[in-house]
Amino acid sequence: MTEPLLKMRGVKIEGRSDEMWNPIINGVDLTLARGEVLGLIGESGAGKSTLGLAAMGYTRDGVRISDGTIEFDGIDLLTASAAVKRELLGKRIAYVAQSAAASFNPAHRLIDQHVEGPSQHGVMSRAESEADGMELYRKLRLPNPDEIGFRYPHQVSGGQLQRAMTAMAMSCRPDLIVFDEPTTALDVTTQIEVLSAIRDIVDQFGTAAIYITHDLAVVAQMADRIKVLLKGDEVETADTRTMLDAPTQEYTKSLWAVRSFERPAKPAIATGAVPVVSVQNVDAAYGTTPVLHDVSFDMHEGRTVAVVGESGSGKSTTARCITGLLPPTSGQILLDGEALPASYKKRSKDQLRQVQMIYQMADTALNPRMSIGQIIARPVQFYLGLTGAAKRKRVDQLLEQIELEPSEYYNRLPSELSGGQKQRVGIARALAAEPKFIICDEVTSALDQLVAEGILRLLAKLQDDLSLSYMFITHDLATVRAIADEVVVMKDGRVVEQGPKADMFTPPHHAYTDLLLSSVPEMDPDWLTNLLKERGVDNVGDAAVDKM
Amino acid sequence: MDNVLKIIMQRLALGLLTLLIVSVVIFVAVNMLPGDFAQAILGQGATEESVAAIRRDLGLDQPMITRYFDWLGGVVQGDFGASFASANAASFSGTTSGVKTVAQQIGPRFANTMFLAAVTAVIAVPLAVTLGILAALYRNSVFDRAANIFTLTSISSPEFFLAYVLILFLAVLNPIFPSLSNIYDGMAFSERLNKSMLPALVLTLVVTAHMMRMTRAAIINLLASPYIEMARLKGMSPMRVIVKHALPNALAPIINVVALNLAYLITGVVVVEVVFVYPGIGQLFVDSVKTRDIPVVQACCLIFAAAYILLNLTADIMSILSNPRLRHPK
Repeated sequence: MTEPLLKMRGVKIEGRSDEMWNPIINGVDLTLARGEVLGLIGESGAGKSTLGLAAMGYTRDGVRISDGTIEFDGIDLLTASAAVKRELLGKRIAYVAQSAAASFNPAHRLIDQHVEGPSQHGVMSRAESEADGMELYRKLRLPNPDEIGFRYPHQVSGGQLQRAMTAMAMSCRPDLIVFDEPTTALDVTTQIEVLSAIRDIVDQFGTAAIYITHDLAVVAQMADRIKVLLKGDEVETADTRTMLDAPTQEYTKSLWAVRSFERPAKPAIATGAVPVVSVQNVDAAYGTTPVLHDVSFDMHEGRTVAVVGESGSGKSTTARCITGLLPPTSGQILLDGEALPASYKKRSKDQLRQVQMIYQMADTALNPRMSIGQIIARPVQFYLGLTGAAKRKRVDQLLEQIELEPSEYYNRLPSELSGGQKQRVGIARALAAEPKFIICDEVTSALDQLVAEGILRLLAKLQDDLSLSYMFITHDLATVRAIADEVVVMKDGRVVEQGPKADMFTPPHHAYTDLLLSSVPEMDPDWLTNLLKERGVDNVGDAAVDKM
Repeated sequence: MDNVLKIIMQRLALGLLTLLIVSVVIFVAVNMLPGDFAQAILGQGATEESVAAIRRDLGLDQPMITRYFDWLGGVVQGDFGASFASANAASFSGTTSGVKTVAQQIGPRFANTMFLAAVTAVIAVPLAVTLGILAALYRNSVFDRAANIFTLTSISSPEFFLAYVLILFLAVLNPIFPSLSNIYDGMAFSERLNKSMLPALVLTLVVTAHMMRMTRAAIINLLASPYIEMARLKGMSPMRVIVKHALPNALAPIINVVALNLAYLITGVVVVEVVFVYPGIGQLFVDSVKTRDIPVVQACCLIFAAAYILLNLTADIMSILSNPRLRHPK
C-alpha cells in the first residue's frame, strides 16, 4: 500500500477561553489516501472545522495543537517552519470556506484573487492562470465564465461565489482541498448546483478532499468514507454505504433518526372561522423596487403556516409587512378580522402585543449586555405591566416553559448559552407578551439537526398548550414536513402555490414546488447522481444561467 | 458611476449649506467681540465724534443684518472687503494707494500656510501609514511598542517644546536647517523648502501619531475577517496579507483621520508659526483679532471653515470611492 497523503495521529487541540486552555479535539486519528474524499460530520462544537484547519497545519487565534502528529506527504506540519507551510498552503493544500461571500476579499475582483495563488507560488504566470481560471469557471458551470471573473464579490450570487471559491482552491491543482460546510448557507436548489460542480471537479482532477458538514444527506453524496465526531472525539469511521446502512454507534443512529419528527395532521379548518391573521393582496416595495406582488394567505388559530421559498423570494418581507416594520404599498393585514394600521407606529400596544417574532440569529437578536432574566422581563413589564415579585414569577414561569432551569439561567448572559438555548430564550421573549400569533423567521436554520428538532418539538408543545398560531418562514422542507399544517410557496415576491401540507407533498405540484421538493438531499448516496440523470446534467447549468 | 456622482453632488450641496451657516456664526461671533476697531485705534482718550466718524467711514453704524448681507454679497464675488488696519494707515498718510484689500493681505499668507501644510503632509502621511502598517504587521512586538511610545510622546508634548527641542538639535548643535523661517515672495523653491523644514518636522511629529494609530487599529480590526484567513490559507506572506488584503478595506477610516489632520495643519498651526516666525495665516489671524480688524478676522475664519469642510468632503468622497460596492454597483 502506498503512503497516505495525510496522516494525523493522536491529535489534541485546545482553545483558550476564561484564562485557561480547554480541549476541543481529544486525540483523533485521521488518514486520507490520495484522491479520497472523507466526510467529517458532527454537530456544531464537535470540532469539525478545527480539525479540518489542523489538517492544513493551521489554527485560529487562541487555538493550539497540543499533542499528536500531522504529516502531509511526509512533511511534518507541526514542526515545519512558517515559510515551509506557506509554500504548501494554497499550492498543495487548499481551503473552501463556509461563507464565500465573507471569504472573498470585497476589494478585489474574483479573477485577481484567483490568480494570486498560482502567480505568488510560481505555479503559473498571471496570464496563464487567468485563462485557466476561466476554464475552471466553465467546468464548474458558472454562467458567462469568460466575464464573471471580472466582477467584484458583491456582484455575484452566493451559489456562484461558492463555485468561484472552489475554482480558486483548484487554481494550483492541489493534492488536498478542505471543504468547510461549503453549501450550508445556500438554498436547496442552489446547493445541488454547487454539490454536483464540486463533485465533478474533485473527480476530474483526482483531488483528495476533507468534506466538513453537519448535513448527513449532503455528506452521503460527496464522501467515499465518513468520520463522525462528537465533542472532540471520534465516534466511528466507515465507508459511506456501510455507515448509512449499518451504523454501529448509538450516537450515529440517533443522527440518522433525526428527520423522523412529524406532527400528526390536524382536522381541517372549520368553514367560516375568522383567521387570526389574514394577509390580503399585499404589495410592498423597498424604495422604488417592488418586492411583493399581491400576496394573500390566512393563518388560523392553533395552526402553523409554513412559508417556503429561496432567499429573495419575499418570505421575510411578508413578515415585515405583518409586523408593520414595512408598511405595504397596497393591500392590508387583518388581525381577528380587523384591519391593522399599516405602520407599527400607529398600532395600539395591544395590537403590537398580539404579533411577536422569533429571529433566525439568536446571537444577534439578544442584547449581549443584558441577562436572560432581564431580556425576558422587558416585554413582561412593557406589555403586561408586571413589576417586582410578580414580574420575577412570570419570568421564572416562562423559563420553565422553555425548559431552562430559572435559578440557573436567570442571571446568565447570552454569551454563556449554547445556540439552541439562545433560541429558546428568543421563544420565551416572544411568549412573554402573551401573543396569539408568532412569526418564526428561519428559527432553526442556524442550528444543528438534533438541537433544531428540540426547538421544533418545543414550539409544537407550546402551540398545543397555548393555541398559538405560527407563521413559520423556512427554506428547509424537512422542517415544513415536521411542523406545518398549511404551506405557502413563494417565488420572486409572489405566492405560487398554497394549501394543506398533505396536498403540497403529493403530486401534481406546481413546477417550482416540484423543483424545491426534488432538491432536498436524501440519505441515499446515489440520490444526487440519479437526480442529475433525471434532470439531465446540462439542465443544472442552464438553470444557473436562468438565474442571472 | 451615476450613483457615486449623485452622492458627491449631495455632499457638495451639504458642504455649501454648512459653509453658509458657518458664515452666520462667524459674523455674529466676531461682532460680539468686546470693543471695536474705532476704539482700538483711537485709544481711551478719543472723543465720541471721532469714534463715530470712523465707525461711519467703515459702515459700522449700519444694522448687523445689512452689514452681513453686504459682506456676504462681496464674499460670493470674491471680495472680502478692505482691511480696516491698512485703510487706517493709508488715511494717516493721506493716500488711498496703501489701502489693502483683505484678499491682498491674506493671499500670500494663505499660500505660505498651504506650502507648509503640503510639505508636512508629504512627509507625515506616508510616514504615518507606513509606520501603521509595520506596527500592525509586528503587532505587540518591540517595534510596535516603540513606535507607539514615540508617537504618543510627541503628540502629548506641547508644540513649542517640540519646536525648541528640534531647534536645539537641528539648528544649534548640528546646524542643518535654519531656525528662522522668514520666507518671502520670489524665493527659490529649494531655499523655501529648506527654511520651512523645521516647522514642517515639528508638525509632522504632532500629526503622525493620530494617523499611525488609526492605520494600525483599522488594519488589526480586519485581521479576524474570513477573507484574511482565506489569504493566509492561500499561503500569502504576512506582509502581503496586510498590504493587499487588509489595507484596501481599511482605507475609509484612515482617509478620514488623514483629512482631519490636514485640516489641522491649515487651521491650527499658530504656535509653530510664531516660534519659527513663519509668515502664515495663523499669525495674521491672531494679529487681526488684537487690532479688531474685523474683515480680516472674518475672512480667516471663513477660510478655516472652508478648509475643514472641503477636506472632510474630500475624505467622504474618497471613502466612498474606496468602497467597491459603491464604485461597482450590481
